[in-house]
Amino acid sequence: MEEKKLAIIATKGSLDWAYPPFILSSTAAALGYEVEIFFTFYGLQLLKKKLDLEVTPLGNPGMPMPMAMDKWFPVILTALPGMQAMMTGMMKKKMADKGVASLEELRELCQEADVKLIACQMTVDLFDMNPSDFIDGIEYAGAARFFEFAGESDICLYI
Amino acid sequence: MADFDQELDASGLNCPLPILRAKKTLAGMEAGQVLHIIATDPGSVKDFEAFAKQTGNELMESKEEGGKFHFLIKKA
Repeated sequence: MEEKKLAIIATKGSLDWAYPPFILSSTAAALGYEVEIFFTFYGLQLLKKKLDLEVTPLGNPGMPMPMAMDKWFPVILTALPGMQAMMTGMMKKKMADKGVASLEELRELCQEADVKLIACQMTVDLFDMNPSDFIDGIEYAGAARFFEFAGESDICLYI
Repeated sequence: MADFDQELDASGLNCPLPILRAKKTLAGMEAGQVLHIIATDPGSVKDFEAFAKQTGNELMESKEEGGKFHFLIKKA
């Protein structure tokens, strides 16, 4: 069987949106795909050694909230200090209760399966990010490097 | 249930962990050997079908018993 290729651009740095790139990549790798993820802008948060990601109910009408708060809780109050931390805590607990893997675990599984993780050099420079904050084994490169792989990929996703 | 060489209990784990653990366990097995996987994630039924189809490992059996899902996969 010829190896298929999956290319992903990961652009988001919130707890909820951190999952799709790592779930899809680890699964694709298990199915025999060769996988590369290009992390750009806020997606670079997913490469930090210490993941400190949060989920926000603000401006997110589709997010189910505890006690059906998404149905009756005034939207403007989701901007209150502490709401984001509370929702993040609840989300993490829910994920653990339901046997959903932690991001650290999924990311490690991706690395074990030789998923190539590429950090956008431009973003690193733009936000004055420190490469020593990032995990080992990643590559720093630009858009052309992404296309080298994406151009021959079977599936290409922008997340 | 037919004989198997190794068993993997993925109970309580959610997508995509049962598949990832199965893949890892199969990697340490010989061709022709059979892996018995136990899972509680209802999504794993379709997922193991798809896994077998795409990896060439044979899904010999898939059934629900006592609220759990059981799969037998023969390594290609």
